[in-house]
Amino acid sequence: MIEVIGVSKRFGDVQVLTDISAIFQKGKVNQIIGKSGSGKSVLAKCIVGLHVPEEGRVLYEGGSFHELDGEEKRAIRQRIGMLFQGSALFDSLTVLENVMFPLRMFGSMAKSEMEDRAHSCLKRVNIVDKDSLFPAELSGGMQKRVGIARAIAMNPAYLFCDEPNSGLDPQTSILIDDLIKEITEEFGTTTIVITHDMNSVMETGEHIIFIHKGRKWWEGDRDQLLVSDNTELNEFVFAGSLMRQVKRSMTGGA
Amino acid sequence: MNVLFHIGRYLLLLKETFGRPERLSIYWARTLEEMDLLGVKSLGIVALLSAFMGAVITIQTKTNIDSPLIQAWVVGFATRQSTILEFSPTIISLILAGKVGSNIAAEIGSMRVKEQIDALDIMGVNSAGYLILPKIAATMMINPFLIMISMFLSIFGGWIAGVQTGIVDSADFIQGIQLGFKPYHVVYALIKTVVFAFIITTVSAYHGFYTSGGTREVGISSTRAVVFSNVVILFTNLVLTQLLLI
Repeated sequence: MIEVIGVSKRFGDVQVLTDISAIFQKGKVNQIIGKSGSGKSVLAKCIVGLHVPEEGRVLYEGGSFHELDGEEKRAIRQRIGMLFQGSALFDSLTVLENVMFPLRMFGSMAKSEMEDRAHSCLKRVNIVDKDSLFPAELSGGMQKRVGIARAIAMNPAYLFCDEPNSGLDPQTSILIDDLIKEITEEFGTTTIVITHDMNSVMETGEHIIFIHKGRKWWEGDRDQLLVSDNTELNEFVFAGSLMRQVKRSMTGGA
Repeated sequence: MNVLFHIGRYLLLLKETFGRPERLSIYWARTLEEMDLLGVKSLGIVALLSAFMGAVITIQTKTNIDSPLIQAWVVGFATRQSTILEFSPTIISLILAGKVGSNIAAEIGSMRVKEQIDALDIMGVNSAGYLILPKIAATMMINPFLIMISMFLSIFGGWIAGVQTGIVDSADFIQGIQLGFKPYHVVYALIKTVVFAFIITTVSAYHGFYTSGGTREVGISSTRAVVFSNVVILFTNLVLTQLLLI
């Protein structure tokens, strides 16, 4: 479980996050949604420790992350898997080497065991026979899946996904969403997904936090989201005609 | 103020860079890769420049001191001294700052904008150490060999040019390059080379590491890496020359 208490962050004179508190449950796909520039990625970076908030605390299983020393932080980070928006695979390493990378850095396995583990992670995301390819030789969807394989290689307790569907076609997006959901259930990870893709929210959102102008504006699950009367949330969620039709069909409106 | 900010951040980056490596074996393997990429792959340009510059030094020396009062061996002597004291350690280092420095800044800068450095940090890897330390070790180990090869090729190029154009007799040239040879001058050149290798790598890595934005900013970082490396090399050259030669 990850708990965020009163987190505020500013860059220069710009207040990006203000007093955000939330609890992200284990074994659930927790989603942070909001418009571009609302501060959701900054919140995620505060949670993983890439940004240090001016105020507030981030607790991993009750321990305050930003108050830990370097070694303790590193130990927690080794239990974090992260899928980046652009996959962030290492260009100079092959698919297999990318997935093996955290195992080589921190694992104590023999090389053959590392390869077996990497292969099993790749198989889990349906990537086979691509070991020797470089990231540039893969499609966007494949890169995301390799990114997921790398993120789960160390059996993480916490999985972060930053806009996992951006730049993907609808079918591949659904595939990635399903994969994130299955992995969360299978490994019992505390998963946090940053997204503004409403299909993804409807498919996998078990616990949703809506960030607006750097504040937590709304919190609930996808059923509550569809019937919420929060104006800003509705403007964001039902901006598209498809979602407006869903809303009408649910509420029986014309 | 801005200069102090950059110096402070540069020193903090160095502190991180020299932090405890996670896996020495991985760092060593990366050092060997970097020796190939940054050193061995620079051999061609170093060899080409050295041979031609040596030839030009010889011809220019001869044409500028063409007097019956000056002995013929002076051409070889001047070529040797220019090469060992300044051309090979300093000019070749400046050229390497252009080739290797821009490569380092562009590589690390691209990794920054593609979030690959964030990925390393989140995994718990000391990103500065993992990316920069092997490059520092590699250039500090391989550059002295490049510079020694450069010294040899430059003097050899001078001899070829001198003899082939007929402006200097082979025996006179060889007498000149042997005359009054001080091995300390080679030591001085190699000390400069190692210091310059450190400057090229760390200044370029600094500019790459703190790149923010996109591909345009990577290009800007790359250019800045070369400019600042060159400025710091020129200043350090003056300081080292005063410290080691006077």
